[in-house]
Formats: sequence, C-alpha cells, structure tokens
Amino acid sequence: MRVSEILQILDARIICGEHRTDYTIDVAFASDLMSDVLTLKNDHVLLITGLANMQTIRTAEMSDINCIVFARNKKASREMIALAEENDIILIECRYSMFKTCGLLYEAGVKPIF
Amino acid sequence: MEHHEFNIEGGDFTRAGYASSQVKKMLKQMGVDVAIIKRTVVAAYEAEVNVVAHAYSGAMYVDINREEVKIELRDQGPGIEDIEQAMQEGYSTASSAVREMGFGAGMGLSNMKKNADELHIESEPGKGTRVVIRMQLNATTGD
Ligand SMILES: Nc1ncnc2c1ncn2[C@@H]1O[C@H](COP(=O)(O)OP(=O)(O)OP(=O)(O)O)[C@@H](O)[C@H]1O
Ligand SMILES: [Mg+2]
Repeated sequence: MRVSEILQILDARIICGEHRTDYTIDVAFASDLMSDVLTLKNDHVLLITGLANMQTIRTAEMSDINCIVFARNKKASREMIALAEENDIILIECRYSMFKTCGLLYEAGVKPIF
Repeated sequence: MEHHEFNIEGGDFTRAGYASSQVKKMLKQMGVDVAIIKRTVVAAYEAEVNVVAHAYSGAMYVDINREEVKIELRDQGPGIEDIEQAMQEGYSTASSAVREMGFGAGMGLSNMKKNADELHIESEPGKGTRVVIRMQLNATTGD
C-alpha cells in the first residue's frame, strides 16, 4: 500500500518525507517495544507506534524501516524529524488510537507480519 | 584495521544509538551487503542501549577492515549476576523510566545472539560488563 493511501485511510498528516508519498509498504507491525521491532526481518515494513521519542527513529534506522505512523496523537519533536529526514524515514501523525489505526489499515488490506 | 571510539552516557536516551549509527554509515560506505549491515547494527544498537539503560557510563570500541568488524562495549555499572538468566527472552530488570523509553522487553541480548556471528559477554557484578560482537563483512570497497 502506498503512503498516500495510508494518509487517506487514517485521515493523517505527513510531517516528514512529504515528497515520497508514493513509497509502498508491504506489511505492518504495531508495537511500543523497540526490541520487538528490532527482531523483524521483513523489508518495506510500516511501523505503527504510540512511542514518540528519539529511540523510535533510531530503531527504525537500525531496522531499515522507512515509514512510521504515530498513533494516539503523539507528536514528533524537531530533533526526531531531523533524524528521520537524514535517514529517509517518512513520519505520519495520526489522532486515532492504536486499535483504530491498526483496524482501519487491516480492513483496507494491509498484511500483518505474523 | 581502522579504530574508532565512542563514549556512551548512562541514562541519556536522546543520544542512545549515535555510536551504532556511525557504524552503520561506515559499513554502508564500504559497500557491505545490506543484510549484514542490518544484523551488525541491530546487535550493536541493542548493546549500546543496554549501556544507556542499565549502566552508568561506557564506551564502544570499533575495529574494522574489509573482512570483519569487532564491536566491543565496556561499561561501568551494576554488571550482570547471572548471564544465562539475562539471555532468556523476557527477562528484564529495566526500570520504569527505561520502559517508558520503549525498552525493557527482555529481548535485547537474545536479539544480539541471533544477529551476531559471534557474541561474547563477561561481567563483574558491581563493576561492569564487557560485550564483544564480531561480524564477517566481505566488503567490496574501502579499507
Ligand atoms: N550492560 C549491562 N549492564 C548491566 N545489566 C545488563 C546489561 N545488559 C543487560 N543487562 C541485564 O540483562 C537483562 C536483559 O537484557 P536484555 O537486553 O535482553 O533486555 P532489556 O534490556 O531488559 O530489555 P530490551 O533489550 O528488550 O529493551 C537486563 O534487564 C539487565 O538486567
Ligand atoms: Mg536491552
């Protein structure tokens, strides 16, 4: 699924990587535990999380994850956006709960990893 | 062999991952295979975060050439009483402050074991911990 579709489905705002809305994700994973995220082996993963701090971006950098949705109206700081930019990571802010965010994307056909 | 050193500050979650990020940049520049880069930096990052999460201070020492990289982390901290127990998935003594930062699943050490070609851990309770990660690189360019 393309980032542009994700933005529509979640009625969400892209705050980093605005020019790459044609980037495509294959699967999604939702977690607030970064070590869980670091076990993933897939490519083109969408990370859905309620954890908005520098380590969220670092974890994505190490795991080669290029797209993050922050659920629960969590905001990315300026520092986080700068680090994401440096690593070509798309950031999306969404006001829905984790459950609703995941539910809407699942319903729209986004596949889970496990 | 090239040598690099990075200081790691216990408790500083804004900077955690900086050293591993520098390692990633070096490996990319050398043209190392992306799968090997990912395994290397995931192991290094878990080890770096463990210093930040569980120790007072420490450093990462990186020795690198085209064939291999050795990543050594040494810290001053509480150390690990029972390494075998600490290696078990789900075992964690992480504080609530660490959990709020997104860590403390008890997955880090087993993650390191799964990703590293070689992992060596030694610890002196009350003093600190030493972790060595070794990876084969087979890089195409650089020295
Ligand atoms: N450098 C260290 N100094 C002291 N104790 C450590 C160190 N590294 C690991 N430990 C101990 O080993 C336990 C397990 O470590 P591990 O990395 O597997 O999990 P965690 O750090 O608690 O959580 P996670 O890595 O999933 O975020 C830790 O909770 C801690 O008790
Ligand atoms: Mg850990």
